[in-house]
Amino acid sequence: MAQHQVNYASSGGLPVVLTSADHLINWGRSNSLWPLTYGLACCAIEMMASGASRYDFDRMGVIFRASPRQADVMILAGTLTKKHAEFTRRLYDQMAEPKWVISMGSCANTGGMFNTYSIVQGVDRIVPVDIYLPGCAPRPETLQYAVMMLQKKIRRQSANMKKNQKQRFI
Amino acid sequence: MQQPNKLKPFFENLNFERKDNTMVINFGPQHPSAHGQLRLVLELQGEQVVKAYPDIGYLHRGVEKMAENMIYNEFLPTTDRLDYIASTSNNYAFALAVERLLGIEDKVPRRAKVIRTMLLELNRIISHLFFLATHALDVGAMSIFLYAFREREFAMDLMEDYCGARLTHAAVRIGGVPLDLPPGWIESLANFLNKLPDQIKLYEDLLTENRIWKMRLEDVGVLEPEDALSWGCTGPMLRGSGIAYDVRKEEPYELYDELDFDIPVTDRKDSYGRYRLYMEEMKESIKILRQLISMYPKTEPKLMAHAPQYISAPKEEIMTQNYALMQHFVLVTQGMRPPKGTVYAPTESPKGELGFYIVSEGEPYAYRLKVRAPSFFHTGLLQDLLVGTYIADVVTIIGSTNIVFGEVDR
Amino acid sequence: MRRYSPKKNVQAKAKYTDRFWVAPRVPRGSVEEGSYFAEVLETLKESGIEVLESFVELGQLVIKINPEQNVETLKTLKEKSCVKMCSELSAVDYLAQDGEFEVFYQLLNLDKAQRLRVVTRIKEDQAIESVESIYKMANFAEREMYDMFGIYVNNHSYLKRILMPDDWVGHPLLKTYPLQGDEHASWYEVDKIFGKEYRDIIGPEIRDTATIDRYDTQRFARVGHEVPFGADPELVDKTKTSIEDGYSKTFLTDYTTGSKELENRR
Repeated sequence: MAQHQVNYASSGGLPVVLTSADHLINWGRSNSLWPLTYGLACCAIEMMASGASRYDFDRMGVIFRASPRQADVMILAGTLTKKHAEFTRRLYDQMAEPKWVISMGSCANTGGMFNTYSIVQGVDRIVPVDIYLPGCAPRPETLQYAVMMLQKKIRRQSANMKKNQKQRFI
Repeated sequence: MQQPNKLKPFFENLNFERKDNTMVINFGPQHPSAHGQLRLVLELQGEQVVKAYPDIGYLHRGVEKMAENMIYNEFLPTTDRLDYIASTSNNYAFALAVERLLGIEDKVPRRAKVIRTMLLELNRIISHLFFLATHALDVGAMSIFLYAFREREFAMDLMEDYCGARLTHAAVRIGGVPLDLPPGWIESLANFLNKLPDQIKLYEDLLTENRIWKMRLEDVGVLEPEDALSWGCTGPMLRGSGIAYDVRKEEPYELYDELDFDIPVTDRKDSYGRYRLYMEEMKESIKILRQLISMYPKTEPKLMAHAPQYISAPKEEIMTQNYALMQHFVLVTQGMRPPKGTVYAPTESPKGELGFYIVSEGEPYAYRLKVRAPSFFHTGLLQDLLVGTYIADVVTIIGSTNIVFGEVDR
Repeated sequence: MRRYSPKKNVQAKAKYTDRFWVAPRVPRGSVEEGSYFAEVLETLKESGIEVLESFVELGQLVIKINPEQNVETLKTLKEKSCVKMCSELSAVDYLAQDGEFEVFYQLLNLDKAQRLRVVTRIKEDQAIESVESIYKMANFAEREMYDMFGIYVNNHSYLKRILMPDDWVGHPLLKTYPLQGDEHASWYEVDKIFGKEYRDIIGPEIRDTATIDRYDTQRFARVGHEVPFGADPELVDKTKTSIEDGYSKTFLTDYTTGSKELENRR
């Protein structure tokens, strides 16, 4: 016989089993983040390097996918031009929920050194960004750290993505 | 929240299945084998490409416009982002153009020349290894990608030891180089050069006689010499069609006239020939670097040209001498004012002839700067080269042209 | 309506000018007798091409011609002087000074490793003949020239924008085009993806990296007007935290008494 009774009303209406399910789901999600190979410019080379032999992204469960339908994370690696912006948004829309975005490099964050007519001044004008990754170009270690930060973020979040809508203004 | 009709780019309105039984497919701009942001619209008759239309501009960053709004020294780091696989070759091409304009090309100290040539050849190795890695990955040889990237990382380490950056080096200045080689660098370079030939042999063992590799590459992307000339192809694309022209040999800059090296040429005209060229060029680069290593100790430790009107004095002089400080202040805040005139300085970057065309009106800003990027014309060539090939070969051909989109779109 | 600002030349200009500074010119040599360049000029003369000016600048022959004769000149050079490659082709904007564009063809003779440049000037609304029939690279290069300068090229097989999107307004490399783009450019991606209605939601581009928006309650906080993260922007003006409340009293004491207070605490 149970020694105590869970007060469903006070714990957000969630039974204990479901909070554990949160943990389980988030564990699964965070440890197999499949990014979309979205190399745009210079940072794409560093993204490739982090997937290649020395930095070996696979050990973190990160396997690059070529199709947005199979991807969880969009690593926007490089300069996003205004001509390309609509395609970025389309690819983002094609990704299945739950999805996250890492903006890699100064150009993706703010436009960086390319303060010119043809550059989107920060990809957060187009898609909601979870992690901003500074550097021009960021080293592969930086990208791996960013993925680790994203994993942390996912583990902290609720598995029910509808609750995490706060910053998804677009 | 989105309006459904807003996200329909114009190409969706193309008729995919048309009356004449051709199919139009869209390749890119985001495609893992497109080497960046290339978009190809291919018209297919069955498996065969009838018409190819390369659509570029997805990485157009307005570099030429930026150059018109920046002083010369300020613009130099921007050139890194053109051909971002071999950044130093861009820095150098720009620096050379400005030096020719200023008339100080001969004043660059010998040690700076040795270091520059070393960096250029190291960048060639980095770029060619990258070509090999991605080309093999596109064709389907995944293991080569991992092997080539392993070696590339060692070369990148050397670059990093010298200038502190892995990708965007900015390792060359107008009038010289900013730093001397760090202690122990020469030894690590020699070490790297000793190991690299074995690795190149490994790649060649894996690929050169590989039946699949040969089937995928032989007689694919045949480029006739007339087309190559007409399309302004340079570098391995031109030499792969049997025309021996290398700017390093024909119009030597830096120390290339003193060095002993060969220019590999093939008349195979196909992707396989080009692949062999890249491998041979790496071996030549190793040869050049070995010669430079023995040249280096014989030079005096002077790194920047002495041209007080255009180039700041060394740091010690700036700190101790009044006039040098004043000059430095003027050069940093206002920028150097080159004479009026127009210059076009060609160099042999790993991709081909990279030249900067600078029109100067005597102001600290370039009046017009045009980057003659080899990849731009190699992309244009695709619309001729792809016609008549099968769709499975499209990726091979794109891979063997070795285009980089920072350079194509600028 | 936006306020009109003259846009004759919006490029960066030197801030400090010296009235007495006369920029020197890169030395221009004359063509030596018997050299390859002299041969080239001779062939051009024989073919009836009017060479307006010719000189050697930094080792390269510069030939100025009339714009009507550009195809003829390049054809002669290719067929009779073995100039097999055109490395580059583009234009320079001299509209503000002369109302003209300068179109240049950077040519290369592979056998002799000699470079020539054919230069011609066209008026603002004048079109130039395509050289695509001679050099195929002109297909791309002339499209780029059209895209960047708005120079029309006659008889080009496919004269469309190449680097900028098809619906772009303006020609970016003109001196009258601002570096950071005009109004069309600044809203281009928002209009295209979300529609004009979303301009207000997404807001204008932040071009100045030092900009701080006082009503942005997510990224910035104003001293004395602190509000919770992501609070309603209107709160910022209404809230006024007293500085005295905000800081601990202990640290606002002067040094002499301060040390005593520390002793008291001990």
